[in-house]
Amino acid sequence: MALATPASHGATTAASLTTQLTGAKRDIRGRAVEAVLLATLALSLLILVALVVNLVQRSWPVLSGRLGDFLSSGLDASNATEAGVWQAIRGTLTLAVIVAIVAFPLGIACAVFLEEYAGKSFFARLIRINVRNLAGVPSIVYGILGLTIFVKFADGITGGRTVISGGLALAVLVLPVVIITASEALRAVPQSIREGAYGVGATKWETVRSHVLPSAAPGILTGTVLALSRAAGEAAPLLLVGGITGLLRTGDQGLWEQITKGGFTSMPVAIFSYARQTGADFQAVTGAASLILLILVILINALAIWLRNRFEKQW
Amino acid sequence: MMDTRVTVKTQDGVEGMDANNATEAAPVFRTRDLAVYYGDFRAVRDVDIEIRGQDITAFIGPSGCGKSTVLRCFDRMNDLIPSARVEGTVEYHGIDLYGKDVDAVEVRRRVGMVFQKPNPFPKSIYDNLAFGPRLNGIKKKAELDEIVESSLKRAALWDEVKDRLKASAMGLSGGQQQRLCIARCIAVKPDVILMDEPCSALDPIATARIEDLMQEIKQDFTIIIVTHNMQQAARVSDRTAFFTTEVNPESDRRTGVLVEFDDTQKIFSNPGDDRTEAYVTGRFG
Repeated sequence: MALATPASHGATTAASLTTQLTGAKRDIRGRAVEAVLLATLALSLLILVALVVNLVQRSWPVLSGRLGDFLSSGLDASNATEAGVWQAIRGTLTLAVIVAIVAFPLGIACAVFLEEYAGKSFFARLIRINVRNLAGVPSIVYGILGLTIFVKFADGITGGRTVISGGLALAVLVLPVVIITASEALRAVPQSIREGAYGVGATKWETVRSHVLPSAAPGILTGTVLALSRAAGEAAPLLLVGGITGLLRTGDQGLWEQITKGGFTSMPVAIFSYARQTGADFQAVTGAASLILLILVILINALAIWLRNRFEKQW
Repeated sequence: MMDTRVTVKTQDGVEGMDANNATEAAPVFRTRDLAVYYGDFRAVRDVDIEIRGQDITAFIGPSGCGKSTVLRCFDRMNDLIPSARVEGTVEYHGIDLYGKDVDAVEVRRRVGMVFQKPNPFPKSIYDNLAFGPRLNGIKKKAELDEIVESSLKRAALWDEVKDRLKASAMGLSGGQQQRLCIARCIAVKPDVILMDEPCSALDPIATARIEDLMQEIKQDFTIIIVTHNMQQAARVSDRTAFFTTEVNPESDRRTGVLVEFDDTQKIFSNPGDDRTEAYVTGRFG
């Protein structure tokens, strides 16, 4: 035992106690761990910074030369000086709205059922495990699903290869993630709150609506909006359900016609189409498009944080 | 001084009830061969008990003796635990609480509950109080205001919070939160209030306030309190039930049993069972 017993302290003087308390062996291991952790953090940040710097550098000709033109031009993978992201931004935002409308209510409802109503039966456990597995299914598989169901089978409703089919495919893709994050937020609500509501004679639905959902709202919101930013960044399923890669002519179609009948593209799909082209010109265009997608995703995440803070303030 | 005041009030209450309540003799709760299982674990067995109206009844006993489990049968809170199963009968004013057509929600509107840890809703003080009445269909603001005020007054909390009814209930102290929970219970005008160790998370001063409060409201409500604190049971209750655990020698598993149920004074001064005496004199548990 390196440590002295209290009895032996009786003889120590104030001076020797001071040396004992201040001059003890340094916590070398602890310092080492701290240094390693700091280094990993620095490395991760460095990679991110390098990515952004590289993107800016690469896209500088576009950013400095024709940024306004780039933002307002349509998709054109044949001519780098004409290429732009206007349609892609609009497509991504439309997709995001469709995902939000379809996946959020559906996913939250599923989570409420699984957490508050389903109990612990074998059937409920089976569904929970399956939802977790679905969250891990590669996105391209959802593209095939979208092609079979939304484009081919439900052609009459979606209009075939439209932004609606794309949005639905993405909604199905993020649905498991929405269910899982909403479930976790619901599970984090203390049981005592439910007991308090039941204790004054609330029904299950009154308890869920008045207390459980409001308490879980910040967590649910954060999770769902993060799912949204994942949907905004997906290219693979959209390529299968008909995201346009080459040249997209919207002509004089109205907004509603474009949504229900016209072709569509999105930011990741546009980046994909530009990245396939050769030459420094297209490298710059690809870089600029990537940067704009990055900004879009950051904006969506910022919205998530803002919404969460707003909801938390209510109580 | 406090004692005199309480006694007078209690007597008034009893007289009033004798005069206009013919069913006074009938118990509020009566259990027969009550046993509760969690999965295949039998938590408590063979409980036969009659709870009289307008009394404070205390359940005491060592940890794991099933006193909280029995308490949670009276408002069907055990329903919330998926594995819990109740055998035997629990009658409330002669009606089988676990009968086929009995709605647990309706039971809980008549039998309120105060929990061990204060559990105010993360909302304003006003909304905490108004939640129950709103469930009962009361929507007029004036009526809700009246209920909120009178409930907070009954729970001796009004003077402390009347200027901040819109403030979050989470900002109150632990003792205030627990009195808020009692007020929340009172606001739905229940017949019975169950208290599951309501003071175990509170300091002695807050505890004393809750005990005073119980004396204040006992003439209007039947109160059953589970407590680990024997002095508390002796101070506040009229009747005391002592539970303990019995070990099954074959399976080595513990089950709670009701040992003795009598007037509090008798339980603490002249108990009929050796185990009760050992417990109340501090020799075990």
